[in-house]
Amino acid sequence: MHSTTTSVHEVDPVAPPDSPTPDVGAIRASRIVSRSIENVVEVDGLVVRYGRGDRGLTAVDGVSFTARAGQVTAVLGPNGAGKTSTIEVCEGLRNRAAGSVRVLGLDPSERSDRRNLRPRMGVMLQEGGVYPSARPIDVVRQFCGLYHRSDSSAQDPRELVEMVGLTDRQRTPWRRLSGGEKQRLSLALALVGRPDVVFLDEPTSGVDVNGRDTIRAIIRSLTDRGCGVVLATHELDEAEKVSDRVVIFDRGRVLVEGSLDDVRKARQAVRLRTTKPLRLDDLPANIADWLVEVEPGHYTIEDAPQGLVAALAVWLSEHGIDVIELRAGLASLEDVFKKLTGDRP
Amino acid sequence: MSGPFRSQLGAEVRILARNGEQLLLTIVIPVMIFVFFGLTEVLPSGLDDHMDFLTPGVIALAIMSSAMVSLGIATGFERSYKVLKRLGVTPLGRPRWLAAKILTVLIVEIIQVALLVPIALLLDWQADDARWLLALGAVGLGTAAFGGLGLSIAGRLRAEINLAAQNGLYIALLLLGGMVIPFENLPGPMESVAKYLPSGALADVLRDALIGPGAATQPGTSWIVLAAWAAAMPLVAAATFRWE
Repeated sequence: MHSTTTSVHEVDPVAPPDSPTPDVGAIRASRIVSRSIENVVEVDGLVVRYGRGDRGLTAVDGVSFTARAGQVTAVLGPNGAGKTSTIEVCEGLRNRAAGSVRVLGLDPSERSDRRNLRPRMGVMLQEGGVYPSARPIDVVRQFCGLYHRSDSSAQDPRELVEMVGLTDRQRTPWRRLSGGEKQRLSLALALVGRPDVVFLDEPTSGVDVNGRDTIRAIIRSLTDRGCGVVLATHELDEAEKVSDRVVIFDRGRVLVEGSLDDVRKARQAVRLRTTKPLRLDDLPANIADWLVEVEPGHYTIEDAPQGLVAALAVWLSEHGIDVIELRAGLASLEDVFKKLTGDRP
Repeated sequence: MSGPFRSQLGAEVRILARNGEQLLLTIVIPVMIFVFFGLTEVLPSGLDDHMDFLTPGVIALAIMSSAMVSLGIATGFERSYKVLKRLGVTPLGRPRWLAAKILTVLIVEIIQVALLVPIALLLDWQADDARWLLALGAVGLGTAAFGGLGLSIAGRLRAEINLAAQNGLYIALLLLGGMVIPFENLPGPMESVAKYLPSGALADVLRDALIGPGAATQPGTSWIVLAAWAAAMPLVAAATFRWE
């Protein structure tokens, strides 16, 4: 996997979607870079509303982002952030109130475009999608027929079932499969038709460790052959392992968009754990001012100036305080996410 | 027949064949009712031969079972299980999905008629005056009317409520509809209503087609009533159906 973006597109979450953001230059730079690579998904100023009038709800409020061929774009956000609504508009399942959406250059809201898009698009729903009495091999066969190809590139249902590790369970009705097995079958259905873009909604939810490895390997094989993958998930560690780009949603808006490394770099952090709690008043002011207590004995320092970590280590040593962990580097995706969304699940 | 359509039709037939409750509803119950009332002659028919009353009535019941209840219940659960949503992002498309559903219903109806007519003949029904093309037209109109009614209910209600509603309507139309109980045996106001229900109209036009003049209560009116239901209910379904 590779990343190509050099800037992070961070958006003021309280600014109206049409108002200028403080980071306009970065956004423009980001868009210029992205134009040189094939965008499989382009969302611009998307608005999705449920209901009408005063009782209506704006679920997505001016969202813009891109996803690229040969990359995994993780769409992250707390519950109700607007991730699934956005993805469903891209899939042609939901209407938009405003904005524009292009998937493989086609408009999913246009009937003729949708007809051309569906054979080239793979979809994994968050849950369900299969009749409970249906057996995996029959469902995969059915979907191979739905994406019918008369040429030699037609897919073998057994190979797909084997790829997701369900050969032993291929004749077991869907209702008797475990949560992880259902997810793997749904993934297999998303791969039928050798899509150019794939939307995966919570693909690893309920999947065991081995199943996750299988799913990660499949996602990698998709991007290796140039397919663009859009991955909506709550599982930040999973997103960190597979994604090239990250879009973080909250309350129907995009808070940050960029390559995974750039998003993490923008929040460099030092993590400190000590054997006993520190009294911040005892610390020199030039250190104490940077230290944030997460809980007693657990501290973070964001964007630490040069020399601060060394000075802190010396001070701790001089005061006989043992360090359990002192780690400097990129913030984890979880740190970034919590910082941006305020810890909402 | 296109690849996606053929594939979807195969899946529909396979799922139906594995669904014991649907087979009970569409095949076993009509056959049991037919054999029981055909052998016992406990129903007042108003006709010289009780099989002349019963045969069209049970065929109408079978059409209602497959086109309304079986189709409606299956579609309701498919909505609930997000099967329709998932199919909606494949190259299948809604017209081909609907065509596969309708053809599946027609296949079941062919099996029903292929079972019920020989049973009727074994029970001494005389089919000499039957106008089969007219009966085919009645079955077509009945399928459109009941299919539209079943999908209208399935497209709006939650799966479990839809299940109860379809079964409740099935029982109500069975008892009210002139299928196994003649209109004239119903209480006055109920009789007037029953004649204008799709079940009553279908049973009456099938009697007109299969038995001949004098067997139907109001053949001309019943054809108009059935045609009106057949035109209106698919439109209602198309206007109100929610895919998830």
